[in-house]
Amino acid sequence: MIRPGHAVLALVVVASLTLGLASGTVPLTPVEVWHGLWHPDAASSVIIRQLRAPRVLLAFGVGGSLAICGAALQAMIRNPLAEPYLLGLSGGAGLGAVVAIATGASGPWAVPVAAFAGALAAVGLVYRLSLVAGRRLDPRVLLLAGVVVGSFAGALMSAIIVLSPSAGVRNAFLWLLGGFGASSWQTLAVFTAYAVIPLLVILLHARSLDLIALGEEPAHHLGADVERTRRLIYLCTALLTAASVATCGIIGFVGLVVPHAVRTVSRPIHRTLLPLAFLVGGAFLVLSDVVSRTVVRPLELPVGVITALVGVPLFAVLLRRTLA
Amino acid sequence: MILQAADLVVRYRGSAVAALDRVSCAVAAGELVAVGGPNGSGKTSLVRALTGLLAPAAGTVQVRGRPVAAWGHAELARVMAVVPQREEIAFPLRVHEAVMLGRYARLGPLGSPGTADLAAVASALARCDAAGLAERSTDTLSGGEWQRVRLARALAQEPAVLVLDEPTASLDVRHEMEILELIHQLVRQGLAGLVVTHQLNLAARFADRMVLLDHGRVAAEGRPVEVLRQDILSRVFGWPVAITWWQDGSPQVIPLRAGEVGP
Repeated sequence: MIRPGHAVLALVVVASLTLGLASGTVPLTPVEVWHGLWHPDAASSVIIRQLRAPRVLLAFGVGGSLAICGAALQAMIRNPLAEPYLLGLSGGAGLGAVVAIATGASGPWAVPVAAFAGALAAVGLVYRLSLVAGRRLDPRVLLLAGVVVGSFAGALMSAIIVLSPSAGVRNAFLWLLGGFGASSWQTLAVFTAYAVIPLLVILLHARSLDLIALGEEPAHHLGADVERTRRLIYLCTALLTAASVATCGIIGFVGLVVPHAVRTVSRPIHRTLLPLAFLVGGAFLVLSDVVSRTVVRPLELPVGVITALVGVPLFAVLLRRTLA
Repeated sequence: MILQAADLVVRYRGSAVAALDRVSCAVAAGELVAVGGPNGSGKTSLVRALTGLLAPAAGTVQVRGRPVAAWGHAELARVMAVVPQREEIAFPLRVHEAVMLGRYARLGPLGSPGTADLAAVASALARCDAAGLAERSTDTLSGGEWQRVRLARALAQEPAVLVLDEPTASLDVRHEMEILELIHQLVRQGLAGLVVTHQLNLAARFADRMVLLDHGRVAAEGRPVEVLRQDILSRVFGWPVAITWWQDGSPQVIPLRAGEVGP
């Protein structure tokens, strides 16, 4: 069913991708972008095909993945403030990646594995910390535990980066702030390889997420396998966060801003919410990246700075509303 | 028997006494069973064990003659619908979307709701007198409306047995009676019903059988006249009561005031 909303969304996605390809140190017009995409001998072709296309696609994929993670975690924890960054997953993934680089186990394919281990450790720790009285999960305690674990991982990362003799680890500091400056077709391939399966698994569990958002007990009675779904979703969000952090650093608040924005215009049924969150999250991060590399040209701001500047005020608004 | 429990024992970690101690009960099609008892007597534990949410330390629960743990999650939800005591809304849905959740056990991960699903939702809403609420958001409903919507969601599951944990708590007289009349009517149409309730006087008039729990044990079981006796209730609830009789022949419990003596 094609509705006006779909057309607007398609337009936003195409516009964000075009703007992403057009912006940079050498600004291009949409016509030049189009021409450069399809004609290898055009003047703009190298910039577009070698530099900007992988960067824009990676930003889109990472933005979409983080948004889907946020939407899935919010349903699981039944709290609109949940997202990979605030739950400490990003911090754990970052720590895993830094440890891998510092111990020399680097390489584009190994870093995501280490980041995945870090993210899983973080989610396990956060979960243990937030089990009040051994069983009941309190979403507020969970968020608090997430922030604490994330900060702790951040402190360890800083210590490793400062103390490490290797220059590669020092460079990790910039990478950790989040950015797509180092994107290539290879980083895009690495990200895609790690992200496709968890994305599909989460999308296939859209119905279970609808039920789990009601709470453990009603979800069970309506036919959801709550324990299995919960484990799968934690695993998949950890994997997606790890793939994102390993390829472009820690980018917060996309998972918070985007599902919330989508819920205000669409129904909170996950079969529509999740795909919409992916598209809107992708467009949002591509546009954030455009802002990050044009606002102080020729310098680049870390893209995590832009998403935080948008995300933190929204977090404050949501926090007031949740606790009211 | 659609739902049958035998010698159930439930223990919670860190608790010396069993929450349920050798409790047996059964519900047949077309029968409404009311479970009563003081706070903490094991009513909710019984519901959780009967519906597969809690594995008993001993004893068996069978649904259509098969152990409840042997049923798949979705498979069980197609036979047994449960309305838990409390449910808070994290992300408000439209009422028709909330009732459609009752069909999820019949939809695959990919399939879209078909005409049968839409018809089941419409019929469930109509039977619960909630058709007019279909487009409302669940966070705008009153307590009585929300309870009717949750009951409609359970009916959309098209179950053979319906389990309700205090379905009329916090409802006023009219809404309480409407819900109980509806449950009674569904049971007359062949559903098996198990209702946990504190409303002994209403249980006396609606239920075919009653189970009275006390400290995790069955204190009395049988027809309401056999269970709602002055000696049993005064002992179980630790408060003196008198029994009078309503014109339909059902016993009615009158808690006595301090110093008061019953007839």
